[in-house]
Amino acid sequence: MKSGPLAYALLAAGLLVLASTPLWADNYVVRTAAIVAMYGALATSWNFIGGFTGYPSFSTAAFFGLGCYVGAICQRAGVPMMLAWLVATLMVGAFACLLGAIILRLRGHYFAIGSIAVVEVCRLVVSSWSSLTGGGDGLNLPLLTWAPEQVMRFFLFVMLGILVLSLIATALVDRARLGFGLRCIHQNEDAAAMVGINTTLYKVAAYTLSAVFCAAAGAAYASWTGYIDPTESFQILMTVKVPVMAMLGGAGTLAGPFLGAAAFVLLEEVFWANFLDWNRAILGVVIVLLVFFLPGGLLSLARKAKAKAGSGGPA
Amino acid sequence: MAIYSQILANGLMLGALYACLAVGFSLVWGVLNVINMLHGSFIILGGYLTYFAWHSWGIHPVVMLPVVGAFMFALGYALQKTVINRVVSAPVLTTLTLTFGLDMILYNVMTYWFTATPRRVQLDLGSVSLGPVTLPVDRLVGTGLALVLTLMLYLVMRGSNIGRAIVAVRMDRSAAELMGIRTERIYAITFGIGALMAGVAGVVFASVFPITTNVTGTYLGKAFVVCVVGGLGSVPGALVGGLVLGLVESLAGHWFGPQQAITAGFVLMLVILLTRPTGLVGVRGYE
Repeated sequence: MKSGPLAYALLAAGLLVLASTPLWADNYVVRTAAIVAMYGALATSWNFIGGFTGYPSFSTAAFFGLGCYVGAICQRAGVPMMLAWLVATLMVGAFACLLGAIILRLRGHYFAIGSIAVVEVCRLVVSSWSSLTGGGDGLNLPLLTWAPEQVMRFFLFVMLGILVLSLIATALVDRARLGFGLRCIHQNEDAAAMVGINTTLYKVAAYTLSAVFCAAAGAAYASWTGYIDPTESFQILMTVKVPVMAMLGGAGTLAGPFLGAAAFVLLEEVFWANFLDWNRAILGVVIVLLVFFLPGGLLSLARKAKAKAGSGGPA
Repeated sequence: MAIYSQILANGLMLGALYACLAVGFSLVWGVLNVINMLHGSFIILGGYLTYFAWHSWGIHPVVMLPVVGAFMFALGYALQKTVINRVVSAPVLTTLTLTFGLDMILYNVMTYWFTATPRRVQLDLGSVSLGPVTLPVDRLVGTGLALVLTLMLYLVMRGSNIGRAIVAVRMDRSAAELMGIRTERIYAITFGIGALMAGVAGVVFASVFPITTNVTGTYLGKAFVVCVVGGLGSVPGALVGGLVLGLVESLAGHWFGPQQAITAGFVLMLVILLTRPTGLVGVRGYE
């Protein structure tokens, strides 16, 4: 999928705006920017399996939640913060690799259901394994002792860092054999296997890529909030919200998932602030409208506008 | 041994309720190829209608059964006709996301109107003892009702023109169209029946368990498991899946503690998904 110069410009502008918020805005805005960056990273990760490969994966919350817990448990055991994030990323990556080898044999609806079940099983196991995870009471993490603005700024840049890494990985995969193979699988998996693509290997690679950045974001999020519990960490809402963000921007593109995440988080903030009782319903309406009127995402609008302006150019 | 006959009885009673809860979901998935994320909220909506009719006007849940059924059928029919039909042949990501969006709306409306306080119809029917086994009467009646309702759906599917048309559309949509079946209408009717079965399951559940909007996800999860374990889109499949899940949950609850019962259900589902994707009684090539 080709991303035009407009998409790159939007992407660069978005990242710049997020990174510059500490210079011109208050703590609330910086916090929102960090949330945007975090969901941007989650949606960009989902894009590997959902956008490139076309597998309806709903396991984002499982990877995020496991990342939270592995990071938290390491930190409580005295591992330095950054190292704990790395351990969480690697462990969840290995977990996704093994899990992928099993559940990627499923297709379509069965894969969707299986990947949702993974979130539920992870949540249930974590909430009942009290000796390790604190069960339903959750876990407290050591808090950073800096000033609040400093903490906020630090985590903004951490989330931005994870987002940028996931974008770089996307760009690399997009150009490599892997990206080509994944798109072949998206179009016709049997045909892709027939022409010699190792579909199992490629799918497991995409699934693992979709997990590692979620785990990193989860571990960083746990350190940021200082407290995690099973219901917060493994949310079915998050596991559907992230694919919706990617689709809102444009699934399968480089910039789309991040732009969709930004648009979605901003909408959500506005609804939370103004319609406390109805924010969930309003988000539901947004999702329904998205499915009906913007199935190709926001970037498809830009592409259409361009096709109209430069008549005869490739759409 | 006495403890095991009690567990068996509990498991079978629970299983019949699960079958009734999941049969509509299974039908919609099998015929429309849509994973209906609204199913859990439909059940709770049926439950709330029952509770408030009982609480405010003293109407007995059994009287509410046909009322809730008719209301839910109309709701489901209208939703499919106006909204879901537009994307019914889209990939699963689209249809699942759409029904999830609709579910967020319905969930919000219900939480706003009814609040999330757990509520239950208290019928106080006492319990009966059969040898070593004690059975609460309300649960026993609920089980019976669930079985009767499931059986009625089976008879409708097998014996009526509408039922045969639904089966035909499930087998081959284009062939059914060539035979003069209006598939869009069959889709809407099927979705209506799915909602109807969820609603009447809600009537039964409200008389047995406390209901609240917080458990919509739990019930949806049960529907997933029953559907995958038993096999898709058929009444016998849902019945087998429901009973197996009920038994597994009771046994796992006894052996590993109640917290593990739900986990055992999901693990069972993942195992069945990987070893026998057609489900225990499903037909190959029919998934």
